[in-house]
Amino acid sequence: MYAFNYHKPKSLADAQALVAKFPDGKILAGGHTLIPTLKQRLAQPTDLIDIGGLAELKGITVSGSTVSIGAGTKHGEVADSADVKKAIPALAALAALIGDRQVRNKGTMGGSLANNDPAADYPGAILGLGATVHTTKRAIKADDFLKGMFETALDEGEIITKVEFPVPKRAAYEKFRNPASRYVMVGAFVAETASGIRVAITGAGPTAYRWADAEKALGAKFAVASVEKLVHTSNGLNADIHASAEYRAHLITVMTKRAVAGAGG
Amino acid sequence: MATVSMTVNGNKVSRDVEPRTLLVQYIREHLELTGTHVGCDTSQCGACVVHVDGQSVKSCTILAAQAEGSQVTTIEGLAKDGKLHPMQEAFREHHALQCGFCTPGMIMSAIDLVEKNPKLTEEDIRHGLEGNLCRCTGYHNIVKAIAAAAKTMGG
Ligand SMILES: Cc1cc2nc3c(=O)[nH]c(=O)nc-3n(C[C@H](O)[C@H](O)[C@H](O)COP(=O)(O)OP(=O)(O)OC[C@H]3O[C@@H](n4cnc5c(N)ncnc54)[C@H](O)[C@@H]3O)c2cc1C
Ligand code: FES
Ligand code: FES
Repeated sequence: MYAFNYHKPKSLADAQALVAKFPDGKILAGGHTLIPTLKQRLAQPTDLIDIGGLAELKGITVSGSTVSIGAGTKHGEVADSADVKKAIPALAALAALIGDRQVRNKGTMGGSLANNDPAADYPGAILGLGATVHTTKRAIKADDFLKGMFETALDEGEIITKVEFPVPKRAAYEKFRNPASRYVMVGAFVAETASGIRVAITGAGPTAYRWADAEKALGAKFAVASVEKLVHTSNGLNADIHASAEYRAHLITVMTKRAVAGAGG
Repeated sequence: MATVSMTVNGNKVSRDVEPRTLLVQYIREHLELTGTHVGCDTSQCGACVVHVDGQSVKSCTILAAQAEGSQVTTIEGLAKDGKLHPMQEAFREHHALQCGFCTPGMIMSAIDLVEKNPKLTEEDIRHGLEGNLCRCTGYHNIVKAIAAAAKTMGG
């Protein structure tokens, strides 16, 4: 790691002031992406602004048909939350599949979304559920938030504060894990929402995206039979030492099928 | 340099360290508690697991500064008055270690697992150990030891 200065703001307002003061600084949440990046000297921030302790960014509240989760909420807290399990069981189940227990005890929702790793789980959840990402500046719809590989709509210094998830009629997530890292090789988040069927695919492309063919087929009939014959193109999918683009394309149909079955279709 | 203070195994400690100091370096190099190991240094193996405020975490992927003011427990803090913690005793009894390199992290993860879910099943144990790698035992006796310790610990 290169040397940096460390700051622990006491409030979100303090954090924003520090972010503005140090243009080459970086926000630190759980650190479970940023610290490995710093160790490899892939980033050289002058200052780290640790938002890990900010109570303003923590907590889970359910009101009516919305589950609101603070950006600083840890994966393990989402996985274990009785409220989330009751309102959106698929979201709690997704959180329980992130990394391992120790990773889930540190990594946060805000950190995961801001990073937008193509192999991350939460991007699939915000897109599949049609969530809204709230920041220190504005509210951003999931469909507009994910911009590309490790790229989001966030401006420099903009901090995610919370994510609001509309409660779906039913939903399920299926993930084919990389057996070594446990990151996503292909994940499918399928939901029947008030505004229709949403199918989000994560892990397969540069960033999570909606699979229009599957949404259309499930809109006609919410059943495994509607998706099992769908063939997803391998064009533009990720290919790496873990899986070829063709294998990922195959997994997309398999994971989608399982998610539909998981949601009772 | 910055002063980083915390409570480790019940003792208040304070050291002047560089901000980039990892919690595991603070523990091993500054406090000279070398029971916590570094296996991978890339957040994969779990050899470095300690408890911070009652949660098992990988101390190679946390800055010491992030643990400022926290209650930290390492493997050295488990035995009381010369008596092994039930989890340590179970690892010995069930031959749950060979070289012992993974053992401190394994035990810290196992205690957290049992404390959160005293009635855990074999499947819960196996899944709960996803963040801890052992190159020697094949895990079987580790799982047996944790199941046995869960009983003694009040499950
Ligand atoms: C061994 C291991 C396995 C993992 N497996 C998985 C997996 O299976 N699935 C998965 O999805 N992830 C996985 N992860 C990643 C993990 O979920 C990370 O914790 C997460 O991606 C980042 O969250 P963090 O809180 O640690 O963020 P940090 O590392 O602190 O920050 C990450 C980035 O986000 C920025 N940031 C953080 N918080 C905010 C905010 N509120 N607003 C704006 N920007 C912010 C930071 O500046 C930084 O650029 C794994 C990590 C490890 C180490
Ligand atoms: S040394 Fe920390 S996880 Fe391997
Ligand atoms: S006992 Fe040798 S690594 Fe586990």
